[in-house]
Order: sequence, then structure tokens, then C-alpha cells
Amino acid sequence: MLADRRLIAAEGLAKGVAEPAKGRSLWMDAARRFRRNTAAFTSLIVLLTVVAFTLVGPFIARWSIETIDWSVVGSVLSKGMPSIETGHYFGTDEVGRDLYSRVIQGTQVSLMVGMVGSGIAVIVGTLYGATAGYFGGRIDSVMMRFVDILYSIPYMFILILLLIIFGRSFIMLFVGIGLISWLGMARVVRGQTMALKHREFVEAAIATGAKPAAVILRHIVPNLLGIVVVYATLLVPEMILLESFISFLGLGVQEPNTSLGALISEGAQTMQYGTIWQLAFPLFFFVVILFTFFFVGDGLRDALDPKDR
Amino acid sequence: MKNQNLIAAFGLAALLASSALSTGALAAQVPEGTTLAAEQVFKYRVLDNINALDPQIVEDVETSSVVRSLFEGLYNSGADGNPVPGVAESHTVNEDNTVYTFKIRDTAKWSNGDPVTAGDFVYAWQRAVDPATASNYAYFVGLVGVVNADDIVAGTKTPDQLGVKAIDDKTLEVTLSFSSPWFVRSLSHATLFPAPKAVVEQFGIEWTKPENIVGNGAYVLTENTPGERVVAKRNPNYWDNEHTVIEEVQWLTINDENQGLTRWRAGEVDQTDVPAGQYPALKAELPDNTYSVPQFCTYYFSVNMTDKQPNEGLKDVKVREALNLAIDRDVIVNGVLQGGQTPAFSFAHPLTAGYTMPEIPASTMTQADRDAKAVELMTEAGYGKDKPLTINYIYNTSEAHKKIATVVSQMWKEKLGVNMSLADMEFQTLLDTRHSKTYELARNAWCGDYNEASTFISLHDSKSEQNDQGYANADVDKWLAEAKLASDPNPLYAQVEQQVATDVAIMPIYFYAKVFMQSSNVKGWPFDDVEQNWYAKDMYKVAE
Amino acid sequence: MIAFILRRLAVAIPTLLVLIVISFILMKVAPGNPFAGEKSVPQAVLDNIFARYGLDKPAWQQLVEYVYNVVFRFDFGPSFQYRDRTVNDIIAQGFPVTFTYGAWAFLAASLIGIALGVVAAVKQNSWLDYLAVGFTIGAQVVPNFVMAPILVLVFTLWLGWLPGGGWNGGHWSNVVLPVIALATSYLANIARITRSSMLEVLNSNYIRTARAKGLPSHQVIIKHALRPALLPVISYLGPVFVGMVTGSVVIDLYFSTGGIGQAFVNSALNRDYSTILGITILLGALTITANLVVDILYAWIDPKIKL
Repeated sequence: MLADRRLIAAEGLAKGVAEPAKGRSLWMDAARRFRRNTAAFTSLIVLLTVVAFTLVGPFIARWSIETIDWSVVGSVLSKGMPSIETGHYFGTDEVGRDLYSRVIQGTQVSLMVGMVGSGIAVIVGTLYGATAGYFGGRIDSVMMRFVDILYSIPYMFILILLLIIFGRSFIMLFVGIGLISWLGMARVVRGQTMALKHREFVEAAIATGAKPAAVILRHIVPNLLGIVVVYATLLVPEMILLESFISFLGLGVQEPNTSLGALISEGAQTMQYGTIWQLAFPLFFFVVILFTFFFVGDGLRDALDPKDR
Repeated sequence: MKNQNLIAAFGLAALLASSALSTGALAAQVPEGTTLAAEQVFKYRVLDNINALDPQIVEDVETSSVVRSLFEGLYNSGADGNPVPGVAESHTVNEDNTVYTFKIRDTAKWSNGDPVTAGDFVYAWQRAVDPATASNYAYFVGLVGVVNADDIVAGTKTPDQLGVKAIDDKTLEVTLSFSSPWFVRSLSHATLFPAPKAVVEQFGIEWTKPENIVGNGAYVLTENTPGERVVAKRNPNYWDNEHTVIEEVQWLTINDENQGLTRWRAGEVDQTDVPAGQYPALKAELPDNTYSVPQFCTYYFSVNMTDKQPNEGLKDVKVREALNLAIDRDVIVNGVLQGGQTPAFSFAHPLTAGYTMPEIPASTMTQADRDAKAVELMTEAGYGKDKPLTINYIYNTSEAHKKIATVVSQMWKEKLGVNMSLADMEFQTLLDTRHSKTYELARNAWCGDYNEASTFISLHDSKSEQNDQGYANADVDKWLAEAKLASDPNPLYAQVEQQVATDVAIMPIYFYAKVFMQSSNVKGWPFDDVEQNWYAKDMYKVAE
Repeated sequence: MIAFILRRLAVAIPTLLVLIVISFILMKVAPGNPFAGEKSVPQAVLDNIFARYGLDKPAWQQLVEYVYNVVFRFDFGPSFQYRDRTVNDIIAQGFPVTFTYGAWAFLAASLIGIALGVVAAVKQNSWLDYLAVGFTIGAQVVPNFVMAPILVLVFTLWLGWLPGGGWNGGHWSNVVLPVIALATSYLANIARITRSSMLEVLNSNYIRTARAKGLPSHQVIIKHALRPALLPVISYLGPVFVGMVTGSVVIDLYFSTGGIGQAFVNSALNRDYSTILGITILLGALTITANLVVDILYAWIDPKIKL
């Protein structure tokens, strides 16, 4: 059900993107339009800055993610606050670990969760949807019924069960998120494929005797890229939010690793006791990432939708 | 939810070793001249849902506190944890402490007006051990020594063969399988409360619903909504009703302890736990409302001592000792928990009645000496920063456990170069892993069932169900057997503790404290009872 | 239409069966048992308990009996955790609670989200647009579990306006905070879908024509644009509704509302097999129904769609 959220927004541009690629111009047009969209373009810059920060930031960190500053233990409120002097630029957490390093790592993990979630959606969802749409008929019917069935499963609950049973780990988290993310993509792509199937260039390819796999991969999938990119962008924040909820339940990644969701959940525990930095820094990065992804997604949608010119 | 299993205190009776009995029933002791508050409603925060309110089935502390209000046993536990008469007004016992005869007070009534009879106790106790009831606490009746209880649980005897009978409506006779001077102290435990036969048989599992339930306690159940609250109102049919002051008791489920604190500050609850690490600040801010009292539990790491131990390093006693020494308990107690907990080097709680805690060698060293010795031992064992030992530690999901795991892993890493990988699992999985002995090192905690040192020390017995370490030492088993018969078991207990410390089957970390906030108008809380068994009927609220 | 509904129902039943089997297997392979506590229970006692709940039978037999009872007697069995309750009791107690605050949150999120989305679209690229979009995203990206304690701090502790938890039989004052915390988590999605679909409609030829004819702007928007623009919103609302119910986990934990979310997490952690299965089936059925309702609504609004 979560995966469905972005489906509709992406559908909005469906008709637009389904136009066959006319060389480079469509993409260049889109790029120009995207640049003119101040909110989206600024968001993209901010997002790239955050990514750059997670890559460069560790070089100026004075503490690792797990080292405890023993001088802070027991008096985090008075000694663990953000300070250049102690090297804890973002302060420390409740046991005296450096929040700067942990926020960087948390941001990396959260971004990765978002990327992997949408990556799986892109690969599995696109191929599945394109196959169903291309063949149509009974194959399509069976494949999409299967998607419907999966849609009916209360995923959040199954995911909780999986994490409880198989223990928590990066792999389990990615598997769990991957299970959910591709369904919406499959539906969108299928719809587009059905429209594309009867275009001249596809029919021409079929007429020349190309195999179905080749037609799908060479002719259909490239023409779906627009919608796939937009949908994937919009999926990232969903995945990050989902991960934060899982972390809140205590089912996220293992210590000493962390994620923004885990840091926020810990910070929220202590916000009323004065150590507000424990919530503020991770929440700031979380909100910035989600905001920028939302705006970039919207911007891409607008840019790739010719009607919106 | 996160902390649901943090404290595994089970509300078992205070089987205090001292046998002094208070005389006269306890009730709310309101000093003369006190102005009582107009609204006498006590709101108590509970972490988890209140479970089945069936006295013979209840197994957790919080549900027990509700059951104690709705039902009453032969004896209650007083403000200091010593027994005070409840349904029984007195008892006699034979010379070798094996046959107890209780006189049930004539005024004791069920909430529907029926008299409480000896037969109600016979029915309830037989029901507790009856395999058909399938109670988790069925074994408690055998634990306190009632004749044939274990065989009935095992199905080799029938419930009517239980060593309890009604001489007449007001006289109950109990026969024990061994001499027990402190049997009376187990009677305030819910498993041994009476049950209303007619109601149980009429409604089946639904008999504890508010519309069906009949009790003999000071309160009657009016609402039970899991996840939200349980409400009980004063029972006019209770024999000591005239001394009850609190009109209504509410148990409010608040899963998150920080949320509990916020709502306590807003005046929505009268009592709530203090989140780990916040005690000093709260004590400074609200000295009259913030309490820390010793709690009857020990926090420790279990080492897998069986052949199944996957880690070669941990099989070496030198490594275990080095790890044990390198844990800086002061940092954990004063830096992380900060709630009045005390460092532990041995297992049994120091406040256990009649118990003298032995002096474990490590406990007298300074931390610097311990660290130096730890490094020495580790080097002898062939490990060091250039050849690091790797350990897998398992614990269950909870902020407090996570903090302790994190801190210890860093201590070991910095002092001994040990790489400790942390595996956070959910509680049921941890239990299972510990039982199947597939772990290397595991979080553990034990709360005393009764106030005598064997409740802790018998865990070292190789046959103990609770011996998660799989620790087996023939001497220890022998000493424990001898201690059961000894007039002063303390020297034997000390020997066991010393041996366990030498073998490092466990790494004790700290002794618990219960840290809580309580509204200043609430009076009558049993601060002196290590098990904190509270009765709303003994409490009152003053006007402010 | 009838044929469509029947066809969907025909799929729903095997779906639910698959769901039961998957959940059942997951529970069976999970480590731990429902009756274990910190203190070990002697084997004799455990045997009695297992026999009492039929857990001593072979797994396949348990599954068959379970399915039989659910299908033919609508009996989800006794709860293993609450010894005085059946799963039917737990659902009957928790579901109405969740449904109540879920429905209000759904209503609030839909109305506010759609209204803001329409405003944003009509005033595209104005400060109103940015404000509306920014507000809804801001509300959504703050996780529930941060929002909930902040709401309690503000409205309960500082202002003293509303109780910080409890349900109180659904008294309005206990419903407000859960509804705010839950509604905000979907606000942005609804507003943004409305906005984009509204933009598309506003740029379509027939709206341009209507405007060219000189019809007043608000009339064009309400009479001609809103209805088609709502189509994608409606198909999104199905999942939202289900999300509101499953999202109740955080709400129940922070506001002690006693809803179905907490019951689920609790039973999963305690291996209360029968309760987990019961709730999973209930939510599966709810999801299927919500999707079906959405499809029917869709067809009702857009006559071009054939079911």
C-alpha cells in the first residue's frame, strides 16, 4: 500500500512521457525546463550538497561513530552539547558518542535505503510491468492478479514479522523494503507499455523479427525512462519514511550502525530533557532530504510533462 | 513496548526469612488531623497491557497489582513486606512447620455478598495446579511445598489429592511436603488467592470480565480496556471497607516512559517510572517527588559455558576473567543509568534477608588495577590489540540494554582490543537463543522470587531451569544441596558465589533500583518493601 | 458491475487464504513460544498449556482447524496472551477505536489535502502555492513518533487543553491529538496529487474553452475541473485509508488509545499466534475491500471506465 502512494503523481505525466524519444531534444527540453523551476533546481543543489557532505564530512570528524567520549558520559546535558572545541560539532548522544559522525552515517544509510528501495522498484518493477504489458492477454492477467494479491497484504505487518523472525540486518531491511517497492512501479510501467506497444517503432521492431526480450529491453524500456525516473524519485522519500518507522519500532539496523530514523527516534526520547540537539540535527537532515526529494520529484514531473509548459 | 521486558520482576510473594508477624490488619493509616483530598482516585502508570485478571493465571507484576486489589489472600503483605492478616484472622501451625491451619474471618465476603469460605481456597488452589487450567504459575503451589502439587501438575495425581482441605466453612488446613517456617509469607501471592467457583464455572474464561467478575478484595473491577486502562472502584462488601480511603484506582497503560513522565507532569497519573539517565536532573528539580529504592534484581551477562560455546576465546577462563574485570561498573551505574543502582560482582542481591554478601576479590580492587590485570590475563591468553578477540553479544530491544551494550563494547575495545558485535533481537528470540545455548555472551537479569538467597544462588545449580549459562560444577551442586538442610547456609552460599566468580560463568553488572516519580499528595506507598507490593486500600491522598 | 465485484471477490478469497498460510508459517518458524517468560516454566506446565491450546497437534492439523474455524464459524480462537479473551474480543475492542480515529484522520487529511492542493494548483507558482505545498510536506516529513510527543508536550503539558492519552470511550478530547498526528502523515501526498492532477485538468482544452467563454473562475474550477481532477486522488485514498489503520501502531503507543495497531505489535512480540493471524486477516480483508470500493467509486465518477 505504501508503494502506491507515488503512483498517481507519476501517472499524471503518463501521457506525456509515452511519446517516443525524439533523439536528445526531449531530454534537453526537460533539462531546460527543470532548471527554470527554481524550487526544484534549488532542491537538487541542496540535495547534492547533502550527499557531498556525507562524503566529505567524515574527513573533518574527530570521533568515530562508535567511540565513546568518556568525559561526557553521565553529564551529556552539560558537556555533550555541540562544540567545536570538543570536536562534537553536533554534540553527543546519550552514551557520549559523537553525533556528527553518527548523523553522517545515518544520512548515508537512510539515503541508501531510499536508493536501494527505488533501485529494486526500477529494475523489478520495470521489467515485470513491461513484460506484462507487452504480452498482454492471459500472461498479463495472471501477472497483474499476482500484483493485486501482493497489494492486499498488510505489508507493514508482514515486514514486522519478517524482521522479528529473521533478525535485523541491512539485508533483511533491504529485502523487506524491496518486496514492497516494486508493485506500484510495475503497474505504472505496464500501463505505459500497453500504450507503447502499438506505436510504429515497436511494431516495426517486431516486424523485423526481434525477440520479445530484445523489443522490451531495447525499444520499450528506454521510452519508459522518463516515468521511471520520476516515479523512482518520488519513491525515495517513502522508503526513507518507512525505514524511520521500522527503526522506531527498534527493528532497524544493528548498533553501532545507525540511520536517521534511529537517531530521530532516540532524539525524540530525550527532547524534553534539554538535549535537544540529539533530535534537531538528525531531524534537520531527514527533513531536508525528504523536502528536496519531493521537490525534485515534482520538478522532474513538471519538466517531463510537455503539457505543463 | 520497547522496554516491556526490561524489568522481569515477577510478583511472587515475599517469603521473608525472618518470621516476625505483624499483628492486626493493615489499612490506610491516616494520621489524625490530616485533611484528605476531595478526589480519592489513584492513577498508576503501567508499561504494558494488563493481562488476564484471573488470580490463578496472572504472572506479571503489573497485573498482580490489579489482582491484589480485586482479590485477597489469607495474608497480605504489609508496608515493610511482612505478612499481615487478610482473609485469615489467625493461624496455627504444628511443631515441625508442615501443617498450617487457618481461621477465616466471619466478616470476609465476596463482592456479591456471599461469604468467603475455606472451600473457595480449596477450589482455587486445586484449580491452580489442575492441568486443565494450564497456568504458567501452576508450579508455584509446589514451590511453596503444598503436598502433591508437582504430581498433579505433571498429571500423575488428580487435583483432589492436593494437600489442602476445608475442615469446615471457616477452617482451612494445608499440609506441606517439607518443613517451611515461612509458608505464610507466600500467601499474599495471587496464585494462592481464593476463586469464586460458581462464577468461574458459569462464565468460563470470560469470568474476569467487568460484567461477570466477583472478587473478595477491597475493589471491584468496573472497566478493563487493554492498551488503555483498567478501572476498579471501592467494594462496599469488603470486610475492612470502613478503612478504605481511595475510592477508585486506575491503571493507565502508557508504553513510552517519556510520555509517562510528561503525563505525570500534567497531573494525569500519580506515579510513573523515571527514564534511564534522568534521575539526577529530576531529583534536583523535584526532590520531594523523585524516588529511588533498591529493587530485588540483578543485571548480568550470561556466558555460554557448554561445549556448544562457539567462541574458542570464551572457553578460556583467563579471557572471561579479563573481560569481567574490564567492565567499569561505576561508569555504567553512575554514568549511564544514574538511578541509584549499585555495582555487582556477585549474583545474590545484597539486601536479601539474612544473607551476607561474600567479598569477591575483584570487588575490592580499584578499576585501574582491574584494568591492568585484565590486560595481563588477556595477553597470557594470547589475545591483544594485534590479535583481537571477537565476541558476539546478544540482547533484547530496549534503550537501556542498548546503552549498556554500547558502553561495555567500547570498554573492551579500548582496554583489551576486543571487537564486540552487538545483536539486538526481540525478547522472545533472545529467550529462545539463551535456552538453546547457541549464543556466546547474552544479556540476562534475575529478580528474586522470595526473600531468601537461594532464590538467586540456586540458579547456579546445573539442573536449574534458569541456568542459561549451562554452568555445571559438581562442587557447586553439592554445596547447594547441603545449603538446603543447613541451619546457616551463608558459608555455603559464599562458597558457591566465590566458585562462580572464579569460573566467571556470569559477569554480574549491577543491582537494580526502582526509580519513579510520585505525586506528593499520595501517602501510604510501601517504600520499605523491596518488592514494592502496593495495596490501594492502604493508601490515601491528602489535600494540598 | 456485479460481475466485476464477483470477479474481485473470487480473487479475494484465495488471496486471504494465501495470507493465512504465509502468516501461519511465519509464526511457526519464528523462534520463541507464546508462553515463555524471563523465568523458565517447567516442562510439565508447558505441556499442559500446549495441550490446552491444541499446540501439541501437528502443524498442518492446527492450520486446517484454524482455517475451518475462521471460515465456517468466524471464530479466530482464544488469545494466547490474554487468557481471558478471544481474538474476536480483541478485534471487537480495538478495531472500532482504530476505525474511529482513522476515519476522522482520513476525513481531515482528505479535506485539507484536497483544498490545499486545489489552491496550490489554481495559484500555481505563487507564494500561496509554495506555502500550501511547503506546509503539507512539512507536516508529513516529521515522523509520527516525533509529532506525537510534541503534541502532548504542547497541548497537554503547556497549554493543558487536551488529555495526553487514553480513549475514554471515544470522547472528542481524546480523539483530537491522535487525529492530528495521523492525518499529517498523509497530508502532503494528498495535496500534491490533487495539485498535479488539477494542473493537468486546468491546462486541458475543455477548461480553456470554458474559461474562454467567460465563465467565472471559481465556477470553472468547482463545476468543471474538480470532478475529473479528483479521480487520481480517489484511487490514492484507498491505500491511505488502509494506511491510517496500519499507521495506528505509533498512535496507540503514544496515546494509549487501545487500538488494533498496538494489539498487533504486542501479539507479534509475544508470539500470540492467534491474535496475529486474526489481525492480519482482518487487515487483508480491509485492504481488499478498500481497493474494491476505490475501483467502484472510480467507475462511478468517470463513466468512461468500464469495470
